[in-house]
Amino acid sequence: MTSATVTGKPDEPVVATRNYLTEGGVTLRSWLLTRDHKRIAILYTLSITVFFFVGGAAATLIRLNLVTPSGIFTPDIYNRLFTLHGIVMVWFFLIPSIPNTMGNFLIPLMIGAKDLAFPRLNLLSWYLYVGAGLLALFAILIGGVDTGWTFYTPFSSLYSNGYVVLALAAVLAVGFSSILTGLNFIVTTHRMRAPGMTWYRLPVFVWSNYATSVIMVLATPVLAITLILVAAERLLKVGIFDPALGGDPLLFQHLFWFYSHPAVYIMILPGFGVISEIVPCFARKPLFGYKFVVWSSIAISVIGFFVWAHHMFVAGISLYAGLVFSLLSYVIAVPSAIKVFNWTATLHKGWISFDAPMLYALGFIGLFTIGGLTGLFVANLAFDVHVTDTYFVVAHFHYIMVGGMVSAYFGGLHYWWPKVTGRLYPEWWARIAALLIFFGFNLTFFPQFILGYLGMERRYYSYPPEFQAWNILSSAGASVLAAGYALPFFYLGWSLFRGKRAGSNPWAATGLEWQTSSPPPTHNFDRMPTVTRPPYQYRPEPEPQDV
Amino acid sequence: MGSLQLLPPTASAHAADMDWLFAALLGTSAFILLLVFGLMILFCVRYRKNSKVERGNRLGRTWRVEVAWTTATFIAFLGLYFWGAELYVDIHSPPKDATDIYVVGKQWMWKIEHPGGQREIDTLHVPVGRPVRLVLTSEDVIHDFAIPAFRIRQDALPGRYETLWFTPTEVGDYRLFCAEFCGTWHARMGGSVVVMQPSDFQRWLDSQDPGPSLAQEGEALFRSYGCSGCHGGAGTVRAPRLEGLFGRPVPLEDGRTVIADDRYIRDSILMPKAEIAAGYPPVMPSFAGQIGEDDLLKLVAYIKSLADGTAGTSQAGSVERPAQ
Repeated sequence: MTSATVTGKPDEPVVATRNYLTEGGVTLRSWLLTRDHKRIAILYTLSITVFFFVGGAAATLIRLNLVTPSGIFTPDIYNRLFTLHGIVMVWFFLIPSIPNTMGNFLIPLMIGAKDLAFPRLNLLSWYLYVGAGLLALFAILIGGVDTGWTFYTPFSSLYSNGYVVLALAAVLAVGFSSILTGLNFIVTTHRMRAPGMTWYRLPVFVWSNYATSVIMVLATPVLAITLILVAAERLLKVGIFDPALGGDPLLFQHLFWFYSHPAVYIMILPGFGVISEIVPCFARKPLFGYKFVVWSSIAISVIGFFVWAHHMFVAGISLYAGLVFSLLSYVIAVPSAIKVFNWTATLHKGWISFDAPMLYALGFIGLFTIGGLTGLFVANLAFDVHVTDTYFVVAHFHYIMVGGMVSAYFGGLHYWWPKVTGRLYPEWWARIAALLIFFGFNLTFFPQFILGYLGMERRYYSYPPEFQAWNILSSAGASVLAAGYALPFFYLGWSLFRGKRAGSNPWAATGLEWQTSSPPPTHNFDRMPTVTRPPYQYRPEPEPQDV
Repeated sequence: MGSLQLLPPTASAHAADMDWLFAALLGTSAFILLLVFGLMILFCVRYRKNSKVERGNRLGRTWRVEVAWTTATFIAFLGLYFWGAELYVDIHSPPKDATDIYVVGKQWMWKIEHPGGQREIDTLHVPVGRPVRLVLTSEDVIHDFAIPAFRIRQDALPGRYETLWFTPTEVGDYRLFCAEFCGTWHARMGGSVVVMQPSDFQRWLDSQDPGPSLAQEGEALFRSYGCSGCHGGAGTVRAPRLEGLFGRPVPLEDGRTVIADDRYIRDSILMPKAEIAAGYPPVMPSFAGQIGEDDLLKLVAYIKSLADGTAGTSQAGSVERPAQ
């Protein structure tokens, strides 16, 4: 892809002759040893795409199995499939998705810096990610793991006969990759902003990634500790979680969710950032309530640490713990609602156009709102007692993680594609894909809310026949969704070679990343930019390009 | 392949309450969804790029709007919270006259023991209209006893007793699932809850071959494990008498007071040093690893029966009665 993007035809205008894809060479070695945040972002993008398709393949097989009530695969294969799907999608796609690709590429550009604060650490983070990913794939290939991505004890520590310790090691390693990225972003945001780039002039994308990074740095070590304890119990029979050895199985759940609930916000906050960039650009209006959007992200990252036991309302926690954690879960729903209201208000009296990134953003708002509102259902004590561990919960978190985060990821991918590659994608195909994803997603996951209320449990390879009709609908939706996700792979790939040259600012967007050429030069800016205005100063008439 | 069913059967008093809560959650969500989607669609159409509509007088002081919608959202959320919390407290407060049925989960079956000694696997027979309290535990990994028709479920943990209660209101067969992933045959670890008319239920109980009741078996174990040596009152070691104990507060050596419930009895057998009754030397050995969950349940049932002299069908309401 590298050489083709820079050999423009002579009749095409605005070719950045000097850019990060050519400077420093185009050899494999120059890529694998690069310290340029933009090249590392490309490496990350390629690797998470591989894992997205691995996790997606498992999801496809899961939906295939559930077409019939008796299942197609054996239970052992099915249990390995959903474990693989969960581990790969959570740790090897969702958590690194926006921060490590777009965050890596854009944060220095958005704040007017030459690179991240620690370029070598950034490369190390990618190598840790790849090493961990290969380890996870190895564990899967030699026999797999059947614990679910949640590794609940004492099943994972003493009863499961899968390759649990290998999987734990892979997750542990990828956790360090998260920590390094988080650290890098925090220091970069504090120390490397261009003159005039005050905190309240930062794009919301930077704020969101900052809030995400704080969670990564504070929560991930707890995961590391927990996984090591599980491995210690499994390998050395040290009694920590299994009551037969004198341990406490609920201790694991407290520790695991102390990481994994904040991790939900690691997965969604960067998405909020992307949407907050796209909506003002295509509504040609400043973001409504900038400070409220910013501080709601910070509020989410703080309160997010105090809601973990809402995963445990039927697990045997005390009545009072249940009452407190449910209340806090309702509290954290407020800042999320604030964001939705602000995005909607941004549309008011705007000059709205519906290019592909905007379609993804509007789809995000719709799906995230449904996901957020059903969050109120599962945060509700009595309601959760009926639906926890059913497909209601599965549908709820897929609305947030897939309907929300993956839509935001695709929205961002389209929005910044011209900046990253210097090429435009075919708009018509991009809109088709956005619509396919939206409708396919709803057809896949909406029936699962109903299935969950009916009592269909998670992680069942077979189920009572009265649930089949909704399952068939869901599986039909999954095939539409799969087509929607495969489509960008082709037209974006095509645009790398044949796409129209983008110019530096095809959307007439504000933001420093649009002030430099596309693709940007290795050092991002020819002259250090100076910032004099707040972000999102959009006006109805598109500003002339490339001045 | 079944039709597109929307609601599960409603077979308990709590299930009916839960469906109202569901309706309230749905109503609130529908209102917010219609508001957000309605405004989004309205704005997208009205303020599309090519429309000539007037766009002057944009909202100025945004913080007023922000405070208004933040407060409104929070108040609506609080209402839902309290509603759900009240029902949650309710399903954690079993009535005093509930019948105790013991449930032990193990990979991959549910073993159920009625107070009269009747046993069943993967099927639970209960009478309609009478409160039932399940005492749940597990022999291996975490399981979860889920009855969608009653809208309740509870994890069964190894090494702990958890409880779950319900009053069935409709006769019929309802699905029973294991809801916590527990290994290969997780999806097949279930069966049914059979709700019967009380007279039919009594006939069913009589038709089973009960053998001794749980409490009677517990009494035999009480002797065979040597408990009676000290707790029987005849021995040389001074140990707490167990008659009339169950359900009463026990003052502990460290100044705390606990209620002598299923958990306290079980923990005192397995970890006697953890909660020492005030005034007694801590000399009892631990029976951890020597008594299985089945036998523990029987011992608990026996000690429970000592409180009121019955065969362990019910303990509560009887704590005021003098010990035998």
